[in-house]
Amino acid sequence: MKSTYRDDFKIEGYHFGSGEKTACIVGPMRGDEVQQQYICSQIVRELQAIEAKGGIADGKSILVIPSCNPSSMNVGRRFWAMDGTDINRMFPGYDKGETTQRIAAAVFKSLEGFKYGMQLASFYVPGEFVPHIRMLRTGYEDIKSAELFGMPYVTTREPLPFDTTLLNYNWQIWNTSAFSVYAGQTDSIDVEDSRLATEAVLRFLSGIGAIDYSLTIPGYESLTLNEENLVTLTAHHAGIYVRKRKAGDMVKAGEVLATILHPYDGHVLEEIRCEQDGIVFFSHHRPLVLQNALLYKVVV
Amino acid sequence: MIKTIVNTELPLAERLLVRKNVISHGNGKKRFCIVTGTHGDELEGQMVCYEMARLVQQNIDKLDGTVEIYPSLNPLGIDTIQRGIPNFDLDMNRIFPGSEHGTMAEQTAFRICEDLKGADMVLDIHSSNLYLRESPQVRINVLNEKELVPMAEHLGVDFIWVHDAATVLEATLAHSLNSTGTPCLVVEMGVGQRINHGMCNHLVEGIFNLMKEMGMWTGDVKEMQSGIVCKGDHVEFLNAECSGVFLTELRTGINVTKGQSIGQIVNALTGEILSDVKSPVDGFLFTIRAYPIVYEGSLMARIYHA
Repeated sequence: MKSTYRDDFKIEGYHFGSGEKTACIVGPMRGDEVQQQYICSQIVRELQAIEAKGGIADGKSILVIPSCNPSSMNVGRRFWAMDGTDINRMFPGYDKGETTQRIAAAVFKSLEGFKYGMQLASFYVPGEFVPHIRMLRTGYEDIKSAELFGMPYVTTREPLPFDTTLLNYNWQIWNTSAFSVYAGQTDSIDVEDSRLATEAVLRFLSGIGAIDYSLTIPGYESLTLNEENLVTLTAHHAGIYVRKRKAGDMVKAGEVLATILHPYDGHVLEEIRCEQDGIVFFSHHRPLVLQNALLYKVVV
Repeated sequence: MIKTIVNTELPLAERLLVRKNVISHGNGKKRFCIVTGTHGDELEGQMVCYEMARLVQQNIDKLDGTVEIYPSLNPLGIDTIQRGIPNFDLDMNRIFPGSEHGTMAEQTAFRICEDLKGADMVLDIHSSNLYLRESPQVRINVLNEKELVPMAEHLGVDFIWVHDAATVLEATLAHSLNSTGTPCLVVEMGVGQRINHGMCNHLVEGIFNLMKEMGMWTGDVKEMQSGIVCKGDHVEFLNAECSGVFLTELRTGINVTKGQSIGQIVNALTGEILSDVKSPVDGFLFTIRAYPIVYEGSLMARIYHA
């Protein structure tokens, strides 16, 4: 697509192997998904090495789209810079519609017919997750296949009306087994979590017989959770947030996970505790919190 | 009487406050709510709220019932000239009816929705965005056509657009209210970040007309002409064929003929005309692009045709 003042807008894809449309991997749709960008680059690098060794299975093809929105990442904007719309809220897209609807339509068309789809996604609430695979419960979710990633957790949740325009939702409706891969961070790079996510995608591709790959990190036996069953801890006060526990940490019942301090005199306004033993699944990570902000989600 | 319906702490010496002005008189039980400011870049509703608060209080003896004015459902957005809620990536009009135990944004949406429930009419005023200029219009989900079109006709807007149901729109304030028995009309008019006095004053007259029809207002009102009611597939969308600078001198609210020039997309570097945008139909132009820079696909105009 031509731009008036900038270079042409391009979405590039890397094809590996040939034959059946086996799996596609989609990178950032938002300009701040730097962790996802890094992971995609590592997946492409690994697949290039695997292909060079003849490791792509005969009759199987893999497509990687490392970025659906280079234009926003180049200018440090999360959404489409011209009008603030979110490409990941435009699926399945409309090729005669608005710009981001057209981008979504073009991306969706290129992904059509793949058996498995993986999206490196981010969450709208600021924070970090335990790496996991997330799916919407549309009736088409493929939990069995999700376990092939060997991620610590597989989660499912009921779609809201707002979710019906997500890539993940539309993939499922159009017969692609869809997985959102959450790799901890969004706007910064965590090399360890990135490696875990890269290995998980390669492990999945190996598990479905698309590649021949010797794994370097052992996978997990995934625990499948309904997100509605996670224990949610919210802030009763706004203030300065001092985090003691982060995603992946084990916590004991009654333990203080974080404190909220008065921003002027520093006294403790609130101690955030979990009433049960568990593992931190999500942790808010910005230094200031609003009242009622989501701080933790804990697997108990 | 000013009432606070949302009161949430912010980190430093401030609270998020969503307030309403409740004006009551007489024995009438009807309740008419005017809400706006869901999107922080839409300001037309501010003048409508001001005029309604001023005129109702100046003529309080003409009121038989309650008028509630909510000028800012997203006060942080208005204050920071942001469409959405600062610190959240979500469009507030995609999280209704909210959640009692959700995030701050979801709890705010929940409390607003709960507060509005049971009203006899909710008018949700929007003003397009920075990019598009709209004729005064009411948008109604086809599911609520039967109840709402007759009420909308009293507002005297140019255009009443009965649109298809879309799942994604189920998370709007209007859908959340209409689906639970509180009638809500969505008004779109003008352009983002600006206030058109003529449009606002006309809508205020329409609101009094509707209140009179509902038996809540005994003052004189202007007779309102009912606008075009558009049902079904009668709207042409003109999306940009290419990227460039869209030049037009047209304003909304006019009739155009098939083949008439709507504008041109030009290249400022080369001096070329990249696209001569023509109307594909005889019809009523109710949307025109206000922000000139376009990408391929950007909406430039909407035209109703019979």
